[in-house]
Amino acid sequence: MDIHEYQAKELFRAAGIPVPPGRVATTPDEARAIAEELGGSVVVKAQVHSGGRGKAGGVKLATSPDEAASHAEAILGMSIRGLEVKQVLVTVAEDIASEAYVGILVDRATQRPMFMVSAEGGVDIEEVAATNPDAIRKLRVDPRYGLLPHQAYGLANFLYTDPGQVKQATRIMAQLYNAFVENSCSMAEINPLIVTPNGEVKAIDAKVSIDESALFRLPEVEKLRDLDAEPPAETRAREAGLSFVKLDGNVGCCVNGAGLAMATMDLVKTYGGEPANFLDIGGSSNPDKVVAALEIITADPNVKAILFNIFGGITRCDDVARGIVEASKRIRIEPPIVIRLTGTNEAEALEILSEAGFSAFTGMDEVVQKAVDLAAQA
Amino acid sequence: MSIFIDDSTRLVVQGITGRDGSFHTSQMVEYGTQVVAGVTPGKGGQHFTAQNGTRIPIFNTVEEAVEQEGANTAAVYVPPAFAAGAVMEAADAGIAFVVAITEGIPVLDMTRAAQFVRDRGARLLGPNCPGAITPGVAKVGIIPGQITTPGPVGVVSRSGTLTYEAVAQLTAAGIGQTTCVGIGGDPVIGTDFIDTLRAFGEDPDTEAVVMIGEIGGTDEQEAAAWARENLEIPVVGFIAGQTAPPGRRMGHAGAIISGSSGTAEEKMKAFEENGIAVARRPVDIRDLVRECLGT
Repeated sequence: MDIHEYQAKELFRAAGIPVPPGRVATTPDEARAIAEELGGSVVVKAQVHSGGRGKAGGVKLATSPDEAASHAEAILGMSIRGLEVKQVLVTVAEDIASEAYVGILVDRATQRPMFMVSAEGGVDIEEVAATNPDAIRKLRVDPRYGLLPHQAYGLANFLYTDPGQVKQATRIMAQLYNAFVENSCSMAEINPLIVTPNGEVKAIDAKVSIDESALFRLPEVEKLRDLDAEPPAETRAREAGLSFVKLDGNVGCCVNGAGLAMATMDLVKTYGGEPANFLDIGGSSNPDKVVAALEIITADPNVKAILFNIFGGITRCDDVARGIVEASKRIRIEPPIVIRLTGTNEAEALEILSEAGFSAFTGMDEVVQKAVDLAAQA
Repeated sequence: MSIFIDDSTRLVVQGITGRDGSFHTSQMVEYGTQVVAGVTPGKGGQHFTAQNGTRIPIFNTVEEAVEQEGANTAAVYVPPAFAAGAVMEAADAGIAFVVAITEGIPVLDMTRAAQFVRDRGARLLGPNCPGAITPGVAKVGIIPGQITTPGPVGVVSRSGTLTYEAVAQLTAAGIGQTTCVGIGGDPVIGTDFIDTLRAFGEDPDTEAVVMIGEIGGTDEQEAAAWARENLEIPVVGFIAGQTAPPGRRMGHAGAIISGSSGTAEEKMKAFEENGIAVARRPVDIRDLVRECLGT
């Protein structure tokens, strides 16, 4: 789960990392009031889950409260990579002597949290990694011991030569690691970490992603979820316990299991169609989940045919069949439905479906071809 | 022969009284797995009765299950909040093979648990995996027994139902399996493709391997390079997620294209460059295996 910059900064602040003061505003008047309160120059920053905010014109410097209000007016409501800006962060503008990059993520290959730091801050770190890999220092943290003091010092020492700055940065490395672990992050990034002209080290931007699987034990972090930042269909799917990703095609897919769901989308493409979504109804075959899945799929006006692909192992085919029949009674389903069910309780499922007037297939290739054909004819 | 599980497997089920644990314990017992114990803290001294009437003693700790029933393998069906702890408990009790079925365990918990299991010289399979089955002998996990049959092909996969699809097609074509292994869909897992390929390579009965990967990470690419140097038996590969958009998690926590890394295209290319036959559709897996076996 991605959180906004202002929320990430709150987490950092709670961990002790120096962050310039600031608050979030939803109207130009609020932005003016915050700028007055902060005094001096401020930066008005769009709060959306996207990179490239600066290039899109979503980050602006203001030297007066009135200017802060007019920047907020321009930024609020603008669209950055398809996301509407509904909040701006108004924060003290810092003078910058140097910029560095500090990030942590979980390295899959070594299965450890990995620091990446670079004295080339304020730029795209993937680009630095590609063009000048020696400018990045990586450190994998052994989860048995956590970040050791000499390791934190080593990272800081790679970035700075001034002993005072090294000392401040050492503390920030340890604080960032603690924030990463305590909030079960999958990624935490300070870009840039700046040094001010009088030698203070501060985080002036913050980016954090939280491991969705850990939210059950982080109720305060769960509250940071911005429902406006995800399509309504994905919110609905999450609440129904379904795994759903919206795509641009016209064949709606409803599958059990993530791997089979991806393979089904791929097969739609192989036979000349385009999948409208990824949807995994999961292992347990509660008919209510099938109903929710059909509601979500049919809410997409692009969908011209609906494809079910169920491999009954743990999932019982008859439960899915009941869900389909139930859904067809409860909601109006315009696009044609083609169904493939095989495995556990396949015979019962076929009977339930044929009684309700649906036809079902048992082969994956034939059902996908059928769905692609129907979508093309519509 | 087989890998990871055989007729010496003595299984303890952690979370045996839970909804999933109890259902799958009955399934495993019916398949012929020696389920020798269950663990549910607070229910020690009671018994679990499988659907076919088999009575299995319940213990409070894995340690007791090892001491009193000689358990050497554990299946973890414990809810996500406690699953990493259950994995470490099993390894601490001397269990040699821990299979974690649970989906949704926090990744940082798993970085510690996976290290803990390795430090004790044990093997972890999963988490978020369907487990493993040696057809006709035993199964640990949730793979439906009826879709498998004994034979010469090893199967290893990051997925559940997609594996069933491929295995069912092999079985329908009369091609059996030595062992089918689901390594799991999470970013941090205990046993990876290379570990499993190595085990198949050492198994005298495995004549070919089916390897089913998906988007995210570089495990498939590394395994392909490893296989070229170290594996003498042929491999047939399949990658799911050719149509997956970058930056989105496709169900599995580990199935995500980060930046431009971990795409299906890059993995299929690595397969081809290292002599692995690439199936374009699931149904092609069966045909390519047939070619490999010369049948």
